[in-house]
Amino acid sequence: MSTHRLKALAAALLLTLAAAPSGRAADTPGLGKPISEADIKGWNITILPDGTNLPAGSGSPAQGAAIFAQKCAGCHGEAGKGGSARMLVGGGSLVAGGIEAEKTIANFWADPTTLFDYIRRAMPWPQPRSLSNEEVYSLCAYIFSLNKFIGENDTMDAQTLPKVKLPNKGNFIIKFPGQI
Amino acid sequence: MSAKKKRSTVPDVEVVAGNGLLHRRALLRSGIVFAGAMTTGAAGALTAAAAEPLTDDPWSKGPGAITPVLQQRSHFEDKVVRTLSNPTGKPATQHARAPLHLLEGTVTPNPLHFTILHTGIPDIDPDQHRLVIHGMVRQPLEFTLDTLMRYPMVTRMHFVECGGNSAPLFSKEPLQATVQALHGLSSCAEWTGVPLSILLDEAGVDPKAKWLVAEGADAAAIDRSTPLKKGMDDAMIALYQNGERLMPGNGYPMRLLLPGWEGNMNTKFVRRIQLTDQPAMSYYEERNYSPLLPDGKAYRFYFINEVKSFITQPSFGYALKGPGYYHISGIAYSGTGRVEKVLVSADGGKSWGEAALQGPVNPKAYTRFRMPWRWDGQPVILQSRAWDEAGNAQPLRADFIALRGQSKTVPNVLGFPNNHYNSLTSWGIDSKGEIKHVYA
Repeated sequence: MSTHRLKALAAALLLTLAAAPSGRAADTPGLGKPISEADIKGWNITILPDGTNLPAGSGSPAQGAAIFAQKCAGCHGEAGKGGSARMLVGGGSLVAGGIEAEKTIANFWADPTTLFDYIRRAMPWPQPRSLSNEEVYSLCAYIFSLNKFIGENDTMDAQTLPKVKLPNKGNFIIKFPGQI
Repeated sequence: MSAKKKRSTVPDVEVVAGNGLLHRRALLRSGIVFAGAMTTGAAGALTAAAAEPLTDDPWSKGPGAITPVLQQRSHFEDKVVRTLSNPTGKPATQHARAPLHLLEGTVTPNPLHFTILHTGIPDIDPDQHRLVIHGMVRQPLEFTLDTLMRYPMVTRMHFVECGGNSAPLFSKEPLQATVQALHGLSSCAEWTGVPLSILLDEAGVDPKAKWLVAEGADAAAIDRSTPLKKGMDDAMIALYQNGERLMPGNGYPMRLLLPGWEGNMNTKFVRRIQLTDQPAMSYYEERNYSPLLPDGKAYRFYFINEVKSFITQPSFGYALKGPGYYHISGIAYSGTGRVEKVLVSADGGKSWGEAALQGPVNPKAYTRFRMPWRWDGQPVILQSRAWDEAGNAQPLRADFIALRGQSKTVPNVLGFPNNHYNSLTSWGIDSKGEIKHVYA
């Protein structure tokens, strides 16, 4: 590259740096519109395994049972078994079932927060994100209670839910640790 | 690559492996191959059948149809379609498998690209769609399609493959089904979009961030966690598929493309990317895409679609029309990089010959391989085996099953007994030319 072109490039680079809005990387177009986390709240439904982003509210197994009968049992069966959709209660031995064993909350899942996140995000199938946070906590309490992971009178909230112990935790092998 | 000696005059082609596999150089000198095939007798008789005298056909005797604004395929190709797992739209996932055994080359035409929709295809107004990047960043940002159009773009060939593709091969008995049914949850396209790293840089990544959680604007707001390392490497927000805007079923108006990684992670209709210090353990990573192992443990974060290949022609659904010359053609790809080589066997793996790779060989993209073959009419078993540039070999079935197991029952061909199958596919051809799916 000629000295002339190098000088031109350096000048262009300085101009870019000068033109970049403060707080932005200089080498990107800078056209993204700043938005506050408060304005993203309506979309930000991800619950992390440590409980981050669990909302206020609570629910009991008994409250969950009533909601389940009304909004879930049609597909998942009465008391979470025997429906057209996945079973939510119980599950066979993964060793006996082999590689095609049905993976259930009881025999396979590791993180209780996934249940809250997925119910609120995607259920019930025809009306996702129609349940209130109280309803979602109640359904989690009901399902965990049916699986005997919590007592019949234990309530689920932002503090208690992440602490529920699922038995299969620890039975996972990270396939590509080098990629993380 | 070895024997490169010139053969300028002798009308013969070197046999490189058992049951008539020919040196790939024959593909460059087809005249010689056919001359060789003539000597086999039966094939000679077939190819030597006298042609009829020529006259004009009806379509040559007058003007054809009016030119449409959007081209349609010839109606003679009506059978080249995707197969649907859930054509009536029951409240369940809908899979559409690509007819890979009816296609050639390396590009899957957009209408035939495989799709999996868990809650139907959303009808997204591109002018209303927004993408936000937030979480562990200096400044959360919102992008519209119009804004993204002003960003630097890249164009790359990449395959996308469902982690559950090829799952029928976990069956303890070979299921009699086409490549479309066995491997059709995979496709390859030319994707154009904005490198995700540019957008992440603009938002300013917190050094403590390790993951990104990408979420779609579909009804189930499907979300997956991806290591930030991949996001800063070759990930893109794809806007175009084979030169035109994305197909609705492939994520219109924008999707996350993670070249070589499990299809479900390539979030369609992407509307939100949150940077975090931990994976979200979304339903799909918690359950579906954590494949069970025979001892009851399971793999977690099986990101990469590992090196794989299969023969598309001849394959189940075709029949060979007598002994003679045939052209074996197939697809190889690896989520790690480029395909380095493909070997083909016609004797169930006893001997192998190196196939010709159609260039350019792109990383994390379909590579078409071809192998000339002279069938003598005896039963054969055709197989292909690929290696990628990182040295990964497609595992032999015995080794693969020893590690990953197989089903105890014979599953439905549409079922998913497990996922991430990348071992061999074998086609057994009997003396009548009938083709069966076999294990070898």
